[in-house]
Amino acid sequence: MAERTHSGERLGYALGVFSVGLGLTQILAPAGVARAIGLKDDETTRKTMRAFGFREAATGIGLLSRPNHAEFAWGRVAGDAIDLALLGRALRSEDSRPNRVAAAMAAVAGVTVLDLLASSRLRRQENGRGRDTENGGLSQANRGIEVRKAITVNKPPEEVYGFWRNLENLPQFMVHLESVQVLDARRSYWKARAPLGATVEWTAEITEDIPDRLLAWQSVEGTQVPNFGHVEFKPAPGDRGTEVHVHLRYDPPGGSLGATIAKLFGEEPSVQVDGDLRRLKQVLEVGEVVHSQASIHRGPHPAQESGE
Amino acid sequence: MKATCWEGKRRIRVKDVPDPKILNSRDAIVRVTSTAICGSDLHLLNGYVPTMERGDILGHEFMGEVVEVGRAIKSLNVGDRVVVPFPIACGNCNMCQRDLWSLCENSNPNAWMANKLWGHSTAGMFGYSHLTGGYAGGQAEYARVPFADVGPLKVPSGLSDDQALFLSDIFPTGYMGAEMCNIRGGDVIAVWGAGPVGQFAIASAKLLGAERIIAIDRFDYRLELARTRAGATDIINYEQTNVLETLNELTGGRGPDACIDAVGLEAHGPSAMYAYDRTKQALMLETDRPIALREAIMACRNGGIVSVIGVYGGFIDKFPMGSVMNRSLTIKTGQTHVHRYLKPLLQHIERGDIDPSFVITHRMRLEDAAEAYDMFLHKRDGCEKVVLKT
Repeated sequence: MAERTHSGERLGYALGVFSVGLGLTQILAPAGVARAIGLKDDETTRKTMRAFGFREAATGIGLLSRPNHAEFAWGRVAGDAIDLALLGRALRSEDSRPNRVAAAMAAVAGVTVLDLLASSRLRRQENGRGRDTENGGLSQANRGIEVRKAITVNKPPEEVYGFWRNLENLPQFMVHLESVQVLDARRSYWKARAPLGATVEWTAEITEDIPDRLLAWQSVEGTQVPNFGHVEFKPAPGDRGTEVHVHLRYDPPGGSLGATIAKLFGEEPSVQVDGDLRRLKQVLEVGEVVHSQASIHRGPHPAQESGE
Repeated sequence: MKATCWEGKRRIRVKDVPDPKILNSRDAIVRVTSTAICGSDLHLLNGYVPTMERGDILGHEFMGEVVEVGRAIKSLNVGDRVVVPFPIACGNCNMCQRDLWSLCENSNPNAWMANKLWGHSTAGMFGYSHLTGGYAGGQAEYARVPFADVGPLKVPSGLSDDQALFLSDIFPTGYMGAEMCNIRGGDVIAVWGAGPVGQFAIASAKLLGAERIIAIDRFDYRLELARTRAGATDIINYEQTNVLETLNELTGGRGPDACIDAVGLEAHGPSAMYAYDRTKQALMLETDRPIALREAIMACRNGGIVSVIGVYGGFIDKFPMGSVMNRSLTIKTGQTHVHRYLKPLLQHIERGDIDPSFVITHRMRLEDAAEAYDMFLHKRDGCEKVVLKT
């Protein structure tokens, strides 16, 4: 195991041991852990704690068995994000002791930094070893966020392309877009909601336009959130309509740490794009975005009509 | 309005909540006249289905009168009496057009949750967690019905609520379970579970021409109902008899031609297997207890069909895949494509081939839903099926 001399791997190994230890403690003594970090010790907490213990131990075992693989380290980062989000919720709950919860949050945040460090170091090593070649042309190391998603729409390509090409239609199904304003044949002005109530705006230009087949765009120089992408429209096999393939890249404000923080607030980019494509399908197939009593609200809401 | 709300594990309360509103142009609002508690509601009650929120309105078996329609609805009028299928389906997507209505690609706004648990999503469903859309259910005075031009079936005035209500779920579910068995004359069908869905699987197997139908349960009153009303020719109480041995005896050592699992994820069993699965479930090492499913697989004749209509939520353990593979078994399953069965089964009812009301043992008021759930859960007072009236 000569490769273990890499610093990312050593850190990965140490985090692995830590994970297995913490995981087993959570499984075997959930009540103790809950009290130690200031959470109300009830059945729900204990169950959640055990579930988290299993997750923790599993990523730990993954890290220990393959300490030179970034996936498990990124798994830990994602896990940390969940922990922080839940602790954040606990902080607002009346049943918890805020001081201890805050201390636990600080501890988890510290571990998150270590996790980020380990995974980005591992990622750089992977890139150096020639892995991840598929996106080699696009991604310089791990900067930015890349999303690929596809959906099949039960309509012919010309109809799907035509709807998308009218860019001012996009906010109908892309929930984070406030508006798109077409400036001229190539340029358009976009306004979008960002995490924590912020707004981002940019000008985009179309870089390639093949009617009924492909549309590519990129933000013009000097925007807050540099982004580019393309969408391809392909006839689906077996008369099933059109496959819509979206490929997006953007650099979020704050780099990868910013992206992690965004995820913390529930803004997971691939889930977001997936949802947007499902809404595109709804708009084209049934004529509007489909709502349930819960989904019409942003954030959790019980399946009943709201009060107002 | 009054509605039956999930307030946490094993906590049901009938509460005053805001009336439903039209949210999409193809919606209708139905004033519920009759609604039933389904065995699968007990999985929600017991907390085995993830993504429930406090305050969720339960219920996916309901019928009533249309009181309001969205602007795109032309096929229904205010005053129409309708029964509503439990899966919500748009009629426009590829799955709906292939007659696979419970897999509608547009009706689950929370598809991303289902994608995480199941790989891909099902259709949205009424009152059945947020994983299947977060739609308010029908155990209430009013319900919003999306895609009302596709789902609801107008009920002829000659039929009572009690006769038509079960077209919403359990009659088509039992029927699909039997249909998946490809029954031919002379076939022997075994049905695990003599709850309401099992009863309709038995009755449907009979309609489809099975020669012998064997019902398996642990409650004698349910087995008796299966024998006297649904059409079972033989019954097995698994707490008193070894199921595999008895089935072999009843079928000349070959096993039933097809086995229907109408039990699902909360199976009971007399054996050590029950303790094993209960423990694994409690430790969250598996989500579902597949005791009936394992037995159905082991019992089935070589080259036979195992038809699964009992509900499973997530993951099972010790699945006898060797038995399935080496003995050329076919497993068929699915949430019921109710829309497909509405008209044919309505005809069976109108012709008098079957009166679905035979499963009803209790009629109660919506206000008493909490008590009804408790009675159904604990099988008190010979409870087979509860219908709630508003």
